[in-house]
Amino acid sequence: MSSNPSPIHEDLAPGLDPAARAWLDAALAEAADAGSSGESDNVAAAPAAVASWELRFAAAGRHCGQEHADSVRVLLLEQARAGLATLTRLYHQGTAAERRAVLLALPHRVTGPGALPLIEDALRTNDTRLVAAAVGPYAAAHLDSHGWRHAILKCLFTGVPVAAVDDLERRAHGDAELARMLADFAAERTAAGRPVPADLHHVHHLTGEES
Amino acid sequence: MRIFDPHIHMTSRTTDDYQAMYASGVRALVEPSFWLGQPRTSPASFFDYFDALLGWEPFRAAQYGIAHHCTLALNPKEANDPRCAPVLDALPRYLVKDGVVAVGEIGYDSMTPAEDTALAAQLQLAADHGLPALVHTPHRDKLSGLRRTIDVVRESALDPEWVLLDHLNETTVKDAAESGSWLGFSIYPDTKMDEDRMVGVLKAHGTDKVLVNSAADWGKSDPLKTRKVADAMLAAGFGEDDVDKVLWRNPVAFYGLSGRLQLDVPAPEALHEGNSILRGGE
Repeated sequence: MSSNPSPIHEDLAPGLDPAARAWLDAALAEAADAGSSGESDNVAAAPAAVASWELRFAAAGRHCGQEHADSVRVLLLEQARAGLATLTRLYHQGTAAERRAVLLALPHRVTGPGALPLIEDALRTNDTRLVAAAVGPYAAAHLDSHGWRHAILKCLFTGVPVAAVDDLERRAHGDAELARMLADFAAERTAAGRPVPADLHHVHHLTGEES
Repeated sequence: MRIFDPHIHMTSRTTDDYQAMYASGVRALVEPSFWLGQPRTSPASFFDYFDALLGWEPFRAAQYGIAHHCTLALNPKEANDPRCAPVLDALPRYLVKDGVVAVGEIGYDSMTPAEDTALAAQLQLAADHGLPALVHTPHRDKLSGLRRTIDVVRESALDPEWVLLDHLNETTVKDAAESGSWLGFSIYPDTKMDEDRMVGVLKAHGTDKVLVNSAADWGKSDPLKTRKVADAMLAAGFGEDDVDKVLWRNPVAFYGLSGRLQLDVPAPEALHEGNSILRGGE
């Protein structure tokens, strides 16, 4: 396992105490075993026995600390070569923290648009941890225009900084419909005597469609 | 003053409650899964509830600077409905989650054979997962229910010292203490215990292994009862260290048996207008 350290692992390991590092090494070995045997893309809704690396995936927060849990879980998904079926199952059976890790892993693990239902699910929540994780490179690559515009509005509504939105500049540029939605939102806030989020002006500017 | 409410059903409470709890000193809580008032008819309904206790509710609590953990189980009342019994089969995949610090609430409601089965099975699940258990004692026929509960715990694989016997009162505290388990008291506006009676129990039995909770839910209840007990203790001559022991260190020690308590939630930012999260929707 340690013969294949990823950049995430190299960044992560120094921040962990010895017990957490030993736990992580054992967890990665189990995930790599599952990945190399091709067992990790498990379609079954309820496999007869939960794979040991999946138990590690659930337990990452308490063993490595909440501040490292995202990185550890993403690393486990990569080592296990988790595919769309496994990622979808882990998302649906996961806590918010586990769902967040699945969302963060999507750009590295899924090439086509098959995981869009997970992004759409996360964008329907009001949990800013999930919304922020949903607007990464996978959404930038695959979300259609309507869904992407609503994701931007969702960020503005819920206070997720648009800095979290991947590829914002390119996708916003020339988007007249997004510009209209932002102007309407700003007008609604102004009419209510409420402040317009600073990020709204920033995105509106990026559209190049300010009138 | 720092307060840990070891039993409160925040799903049934508002954000005003979270705000008032934080202002009163509550920094951590445990939300046990329980009966929602309206009977459920399928396991899927439980799973959505468990997911909320592992997702949305901790997120809400964190907005108000409060660490949220939960206990999961098939509750005694619904253990009697065969449509809900398959929840027991799915519990193992939930009991491994980071936010789960005990199996619970389990125990007796009407003391039926189905409740016997669910209680024994879930004490075993607790032992299998390295988790303590939060055991509800029945409201009706309480003393005999407590004694039967203690017998089932004694026959189980779970050490009685990993069990919190909850909803105790003056008539059940002696038997419960002799069992070696932790002692939980729910302080209610009208029923169960009140803060002055709680102070009386603490004077008679001491503070060892005693936990005090509001058990606030969708019924008439008060999420600030933990603080009111603390104030009543101080007024009755207990010291601040006694208060800290009962209202913080004891619950931390009991749920800490799980190895899963994470109490470092940042203080809330100033609640600013326009943040839809804090309003709970758009």
